[in-house]
Formats: sequence, structure tokens, C-alpha cells
Amino acid sequence: MAITPPAERVWWNLPVARSEIIWVIVAFIWGLVMFSAMVYWHLEGEQNLSNEAYRISPEAYMEKATAMVEQYQVGEEAGMPIVHPPPGSEVYLVARLWQWWPIIEFEKGQSYRLHLSSLDWLHGFSLQPVNINLEVHPGYDMVITITPTEAGEFGVVCNEFCGIGHHTMIGKILVTE
Amino acid sequence: MSDFNHRVCPATGLRIHKSAENLIKANAVVAIVFLAVGGLFGLLVALTRWPGVHLLPADWFYLALTAHGLDVLLVWIIFFEMAVLYFASAVLLNSRLATPRWAWAAFVLMLVGAAITNVAVLQGNSSVMFTSYVPMQAAPHFYLGLILFAVGALIGCFVFFGTLVVARDEKTYEGSIPLVTFGAMVAAIIAVFTIASGAIILIPTFLWSLGLIGNIDSLMYRTIWWGMGHSSQQINVAAHVSIWYMVAAVVLGAKPLSEKVSRGAFLLYILFLQLASAHHLLADPGLSSEWKIFNTSYAMYLAVLGSMIHGMTVPGSIEAAQRARGFTSGLFGWLRNAPWGNPAFSAMFISLVTFGFLGGISGVVMGVEQINLIIHNTLYVPGHFHATVVLGTTLAFMAATYLLVPLIFQRELIMKKMAMWQPYFFGVGVTGIAVFMMGAGTLGVPRRDWDISGADAMIKFDFPGAAYLMMGLNGMFAILATLGGIMFIVVVVGSLLFGKRTGDKPLEGLTMTTVTEYGSVEHPKIPGTLVLVGVFFVSFILYYFVNWKYLAEVWPLR
Repeated sequence: MAITPPAERVWWNLPVARSEIIWVIVAFIWGLVMFSAMVYWHLEGEQNLSNEAYRISPEAYMEKATAMVEQYQVGEEAGMPIVHPPPGSEVYLVARLWQWWPIIEFEKGQSYRLHLSSLDWLHGFSLQPVNINLEVHPGYDMVITITPTEAGEFGVVCNEFCGIGHHTMIGKILVTE
Repeated sequence: MSDFNHRVCPATGLRIHKSAENLIKANAVVAIVFLAVGGLFGLLVALTRWPGVHLLPADWFYLALTAHGLDVLLVWIIFFEMAVLYFASAVLLNSRLATPRWAWAAFVLMLVGAAITNVAVLQGNSSVMFTSYVPMQAAPHFYLGLILFAVGALIGCFVFFGTLVVARDEKTYEGSIPLVTFGAMVAAIIAVFTIASGAIILIPTFLWSLGLIGNIDSLMYRTIWWGMGHSSQQINVAAHVSIWYMVAAVVLGAKPLSEKVSRGAFLLYILFLQLASAHHLLADPGLSSEWKIFNTSYAMYLAVLGSMIHGMTVPGSIEAAQRARGFTSGLFGWLRNAPWGNPAFSAMFISLVTFGFLGGISGVVMGVEQINLIIHNTLYVPGHFHATVVLGTTLAFMAATYLLVPLIFQRELIMKKMAMWQPYFFGVGVTGIAVFMMGAGTLGVPRRDWDISGADAMIKFDFPGAAYLMMGLNGMFAILATLGGIMFIVVVVGSLLFGKRTGDKPLEGLTMTTVTEYGSVEHPKIPGTLVLVGVFFVSFILYYFVNWKYLAEVWPLR
């Protein structure tokens, strides 16, 4: 029994039933398949993290974001600037207690280099209802190249707990045709 | 020295030493108290996230969520694991416990630590969640309590290792240690690694909260903290798999199909489970894909392999024992005739099935480096770990408790009908919690969020109606699970206080006649288990590839 020492002292030499051996082999191969799938997607898939990140101070990041907003602002909503940066450009989204700043307008089918960083605590970038979720750190500038494939209004919900106003930290990304 | 201060268990013939027995009792009782407290916090959380009820105000919600994670994920489970370690070493090996005084010191440290951190949370300025990610800061005694708790648990692990040495030295058993003790040893080894990671990150964080250290890097914190946070879940896996084997052995007299295979699977846990810190960092900047892919897959899924092996050998050993007892009709006669009215068995079997199908499959899928993009920090994550930690670990520990009450506390269960139904209430309730949280997560609902309607937000986002429905269903099933939890507390505490003292037959009604020999059959047939394993494997493959398809539909990013 499992609660007593094995009945045969030399248990490690006892033969193993065929059904058990087959299952171990099948499970092992399935593991290799799943491992290969990640490697394959990393090389060929369309949805991958870039691995591109830089150390940056919150002040320096805010400076870049402010410069971008000044250059590309096209409107305002609820006191929040709306920016329309040209395709292919560097776009800075600021995470801070408790807002995503500014509102960004993309063009459908165009690619952008989207930067994400926090000025204070950890935040979670959750693009809804697309459902892309990324961790946003202070001091790290994460860069992803993103290509919106549908037009419309999208929410940026914070999904990393960031204090009492966490649930009010909602931003917006617009995608035009 | 080991000839006095013990009694002989009339059911098993094992010598049970007073010192070990008292420590098992103390740790188990404290564990159950924290389960009750933490479970009630969990109910408050679920009722607040039920949009139609929305019970607590925001500050109380985040406080309750912090306390819930702390008390059930950490305190209940680790205290109970201490009881399991002492049981699996001293009792199963027929030995005295090494250094009971150190074990009591460990107990006191853990209790004081848990109390201090709970006070910090209830004071209201440490609602930083169980994970306490920097740079958000809690009160210094929040971290101090955790550190004391961890030191206590570490001492407990070494008392366990010491007991293994003592038992070997004093020749209290013949041959190799039992499989259950081996599994407990695996849990203890992982625990040492886990607690070391916790110390490495929590001690500097404590100093930082006192103002003695200027800055803690948030990415470093998450990387090392999860070396504790995820690895401690691997302690739980090793512990509750051991309990599956133990319950199958005690209740049905099942013996492992192959000691070699089962122990090999446990060995894979020691070698590979600790890599899982990466599971929480897949969507973080600054870590390479190579590092993420290798670590998140436990080096090519070798720890998953271990669990898949146990997923066959545990039900396989039950089937073999049942068939040896004469339940040989059809594929599933052995299962139909299993002791479903015995809460130790039903809790164990529900734990086994739900851990595999819900917790295991969802865990592997969300741990895929790229698929994690559509799951990270959504409610899917707590959905997954309620399937692993509550259905897997907590339900298995409840099963173990139903055996400890007569064996160690020497009391009969009271209210046997209620005890019989308890695992079903709790199992169905938590299954609903896990499924509906995962469902809400696939719709993008964030975890740890007081109000998804964004009523107080300047900019709005409307989640689909189905998300609200799922949050409501989650609340309803949480009520069912709470009922199951209350039934457990009532039965166990009631039995300890008012249960009839067990005489010569403590396990009457809990076990069947033991089958230790399967006659001349070298490899018992287990066709029913093979069918179950096949169903599991097909579900696994389908769900895995469906999620790749979901991922392929989101905006391209690189």
C-alpha cells in the first residue's frame, strides 16, 4: 500500500505494466508537441511579444509622451487629449494612478510601435474586447508593434491591482477605417 | 526512548507518539480555523463581484480580497501541510518525531506571523493583495508577519527531514519509505526552495518598507516573489497527490500500480516544478522569449508529465483494488460501486477529477507563452487556481481530515449524513466558481476589480452582458461552496468536541476490507481508467488547440 513501505524491497527492478509505459510515452510526446508549438509560433506566429524593452525613468518617459501629444493632438474627450499619430510612428501610452493617457487613434491595417510604461505602480494593459493583456512596469519601456485589424472604439482596462481607484482606470483606443 | 509516550493504533497497528499526535492536532485545528475565516472573506469577495449584489464598498473589497488570499492560499494550506508532514513522517514510519520542541517553536512562529499579517491587513493600510507587488507598499508588519510565518514553516520542514533520519536510524520501518511519505518528502524539498525565494525577496521588501532600502525593482520583485508564489502551489500539488494515494490506500486498500512509475513522477516534480515562476511573467517586459518558453513549459513539460502520470496511476490503483474486491462488471463497475457515501473517498475523487480536467488543462493552456496574452490578469487566472488550489488541494485536505478525525483525534464523525453530502456541495460550488471565472476571463473581465461597470470612471467601457451573467453565476456558486465549507467546519469541529470516542475500530464505516494482494496477477487490468485517461487526453488536445485559434484571431503584434 501507499502508506506502507513497498512489499518487495527491490521495487525498482519490478516490471511496469504496458499500459503505464504507453501512457508515459504518449504524455512525454504530447509535451514535446506543446513545446514545439511555442517555438513554432515564436518564429512564424502573428501574435508574439517583441522582447524589446528599455530602462527608462518615469520623467523621461513622460517627456516623450508629452512631446508626442503636442505633435499629434487632434481633439479632446473628458479632459483627455486624443492623438492621431502617423502609421509606423512611435506611440507612447502612459499608465499612472488612475488613468491611461492619452486617447490614441489608430488607422485600421496600419502598424504602430506602441510604448507602454508606468509612472508609479504596476498596471495592467488590457485591450478590450480584443483581449490583449500586458504587464506595465515603472522604469521599463516595453515596445510592441501592433496592427489593428478592426475599426471601432476599444477600452483599455487596468487589470493589475493598483490601489483604491484601480477599477476607475479605463482608457480608450480608437481605430478609424 | 521510543518505547513510552505512544499508543498503538488499533486500526493500523502503527505506533503513534504523543508528541507527533499533539502537533498534528494543533496544526490541523489552526489550519481549519483559518480556512473558516479566509473562506468567509472569499464569500464577501464573490458577493461584491456579483453585479446585482455588489456587497462591500471598494476599500473593504480590496481588504477582504487581500485577507482571503492570505488566509486560505497561505495560512490554511501551510498549517495543514505541517500536519501532513508530521503524519507522513512520524505516524507512517512508526517513529517518534524529531525535536518536538522545535516543531512547537515552528507552530508558534507560524501562528504569530499569521496573526501579525492579518492584523496589518485588517488595520486597512495593507490592502496590497496577497502578492504585495512593489512599489505599492504595505505596513512593515505585513511583511514581518509573512517572514515569521515562513521561518516557522521552514523549521517544520526540517523537523520532517529530521524525523526521516530518526526513523531510519532507529529502524522503525523496513525497506524504503512508503510512497505517501516519499510524496510528502518531495513537498518538503520544494518547500525549502520556495521559502528561500520568499526570504530573498520579502526581507529586502520589509527593510524597504522601513525606509532602510531606497528602491526595489518591480520586475525583480515579481520574478523572485513568484519563485515563492508559484512554487508554493507545487508544494500543494505534491502534498495533495500524496493524499490521493493515502486516501485510496486507507479507504480501499489500493496499492500503487508501480512504485517505480509513481515515485518517478514525484521525482519529476522536484526537478522541474520550480521553473514555474515564469507563468506569471509571460506578459512582462525585459525577459526573453527563450527564457519564458523554457521555464513556462517546465523544460518541455516534464512536470506536467509527472501530473499526467499520477492522473493515471491514482485512479488505476483504485480500479485495481476494486476489481480485486470483485467489482469486475463492465468498464466502470468498479467506479459505480466505489464508496461514494464516504466523504473521504468522494472528496478525494472529486479533487482528482476536477484538478485534472479543470485545473490541469487550463493551467497548461494559460502557461503557453503566447496564449497567455489573451489570459494574463483576467479573471481566467483565479478561475484556474480555484480549480487547482481549492478543488485540488483544499478538497484533498478535507478528504484527509475525514481520516484524521478518527485516526488521530480518535473521534467518530458526527452528523454522518451531512458529512456524506459535504464534498458534493463544496465540489459543485467550487467547480462553478472556477468555470464561471474562467468564462468571464475569456470575455476580458479583469481580476481584482471592484466594479467592472466603470460607474466611477471618466471613460467607460461596456463589458458584454454575458460577462455580468457569469459574475452573477460565480456569486451563486460561491454561496453553494460556502455552504459546503460551513458543513465541513460544523462536522469537523462538532466531531472533535462531541464525537463519540473511537474504541478499537476507529475506521469503522470509513474503510472497506483491505486488499493488499492482487493474487497472482502481476499487472492488474485497468480498462476503465484507460478510457477515463483517453477522455482526458482528447479534451486536453481540443482545448489546447481551440485556444491557439482564439489567439490567432487577435490583432497581430510583435
